[in-house]
Amino acid sequence: MSNPASRENGVDGPITINGETVRAIDEIVKRYPVAEAALLPVLHKVQDQLGWLPVSALDWVAKRLGLPKTRVYGVTSFYTMFKRQKPGKHRIEICTNISCSLLGAEHLRDHIAKKLNIKPGETTEDGRITFDEVECLGSCGTAPVMLVDDKFYEKLTPEKVDDVLDKLNKDDLEAGGND
Amino acid sequence: MTEKILTARFEKPDSYRLSSYVEDGGYEALKKALSKTPDEIIDIVKAAGLRGRGGAGFPAGVKWSFVPKESEKPKYLCVNGDEGEPGTFKDRYIMELDPHAIIEGAAIASYAFGAHVAYIYIRGEFKLPIERVENALAEARQAGFLGANILDSGYDLDIWVHPGAGAYVCGEETALIESNEGHRGMPRIKPPFPAIVGLFGGPTVVNNIETLSYVPHIINKGPEWFAAMGPEKNGGTKLFGVSGHVKRPGLYELRMGTPLRKIIYEVCGGMRGDKELKAVIPGGSSTPILTPGEIDVNMDYDSLAKIGTMFGSGAIIVIEEGTCIPRLAARLAKFYAHESCGQCTPCREGVPWIAKILDRVENGMGLPGDLDQVLKICDNIQGKTICPLGDACAMPIRAMIVKFRAEFERHVEEGGCPFGPTPTPWDSES
Ligand SMILES: Cc1cc2nc3c(=O)[nH]c(=O)nc-3n(C[C@H](O)[C@H](O)[C@H](O)COP(=O)(O)O)c2cc1C
Ligand code: SF4
Ligand code: FES
Repeated sequence: MSNPASRENGVDGPITINGETVRAIDEIVKRYPVAEAALLPVLHKVQDQLGWLPVSALDWVAKRLGLPKTRVYGVTSFYTMFKRQKPGKHRIEICTNISCSLLGAEHLRDHIAKKLNIKPGETTEDGRITFDEVECLGSCGTAPVMLVDDKFYEKLTPEKVDDVLDKLNKDDLEAGGND
Repeated sequence: MTEKILTARFEKPDSYRLSSYVEDGGYEALKKALSKTPDEIIDIVKAAGLRGRGGAGFPAGVKWSFVPKESEKPKYLCVNGDEGEPGTFKDRYIMELDPHAIIEGAAIASYAFGAHVAYIYIRGEFKLPIERVENALAEARQAGFLGANILDSGYDLDIWVHPGAGAYVCGEETALIESNEGHRGMPRIKPPFPAIVGLFGGPTVVNNIETLSYVPHIINKGPEWFAAMGPEKNGGTKLFGVSGHVKRPGLYELRMGTPLRKIIYEVCGGMRGDKELKAVIPGGSSTPILTPGEIDVNMDYDSLAKIGTMFGSGAIIVIEEGTCIPRLAARLAKFYAHESCGQCTPCREGVPWIAKILDRVENGMGLPGDLDQVLKICDNIQGKTICPLGDACAMPIRAMIVKFRAEFERHVEEGGCPFGPTPTPWDSES
């Protein structure tokens, strides 16, 4: 239990990287003169499949690319997009940097936090939504903006935010119904 | 005044597809370039006066000429699509709507200084831009505009997307190189400059997406055409991203040297609700703020430098009366504190202290002497760090305190913010 990476992450367990991810990774590695350089795109591929990066996934990547585990842990922890905690089923990330905050992003942040009853950085108790406050998303001309499951929502108002939250609820119900 | 070069194809359906690009004369410039010598290309781009659109404004042709002709190690081009500077939202549109322009520009640049591999580093959050650029690369490869022996010229080039993963500092050229090598994005000490020792130890050019997108047009229409579009040494147009309190925020392609007042009051329709202007950040969050008395300035590198600020990435943030400047300063400092890579002490320690002190000033717990303390910390950062991120925090914060000092002092004296919560567009319009 002296592994700092597993202490940080709490939950862990066996993982299976599927054939599609493995094939994509093999293609990516060919683009670089050294395998190490493929680390960021490879971590993205693994995270795309698993939704986050448990220690077992990092170990898998280290072995696949022939790198020391510590190297992979160290790089992963530098970049905010690599999730070392299991996120909720959906992710809402609202920008509160300067252009967005000039147009009321902080109100929207508080509005969402209140509706979800969590603070930025937390996940709802049912594991459904992870909510976070982020830095400039490069979409300042249509501020305020947020990312929901990698999709941009722009020129936000409280009504638009409510609409998205409602939709997230419904999508979940539908998915649940089909399972 | 509005001049459509980079944005000319943005509104066409399928503008991002190869068929549409070729229909509009796409890849003709690459053909033309491959029939010239690399030195001829460099001379054309130098004569055009094309300056880097990523922030520093360094002439692109000159940068390419620094790359040694003979090199034992392979040479590389890194295309900077990290677009993280708060206020900036331009490269994203080119990637989404005209990715072949980037590819053609990158191919011409690579040919000019002798690279056979290029990477387009795109910030990880940009899923659609990444998808569009990757598809465009596949199309170009299939059509023979990339790969071995391009258009029978004997020249080989491949280009790949390298996704970032959420770190503003990776936009800095040497951090970008580190990140492209699969490392933490820690900026390198210069010299050696990337043109001598860069990616994988080889000579490397880092150029912004927008910079490279102009290159095919310069090859097609000639350097004189480009140079004539702006003031001396500031040729061409620029993608200006205007955000904040104007009636029509958005992306505008305008000639270099367009007056700032004109951009705010004509191009963008003036202030929202016809309020008074309070301040303008002219070139992205790292550039020192301007007061209303300073907006009769032409938007080009040299004119802005003359009044003590910077052209930066052309991201204009417009701020109306009633906005609390200390609140903006505190928010900006928090951003830089979050993004410091932690390598040098002045930045790692100083920037978070600036953030903490400004936060307490904004929240009514400021102490007499706090503002001078912040200015002192700025002194201890500026010019004393490995990369310019430290300066990028110190410079705009200093300008905010110097130009709006009374407002900061009021916060300390009154033990709170006199402005109240930030007004919201939905409250004021309804
Ligand atoms: C902290 C920091 C962040 C930067 N971010 C970006 C960026 O997101 N995009 C960019 O093109 N240049 C960025 N730059 C500037 C680059 O270091 C470099 O000057 C530029 O990519 C060179 O291309 P150009 O000459 O075509 O402008 C940044 C610089 C610093 C110091
Ligand atoms: S100035 Fe800041 S970001 Fe740049 S190298 Fe130093 S610590 Fe890192
Ligand atoms: S400040 Fe919010 S997207 Fe740029």
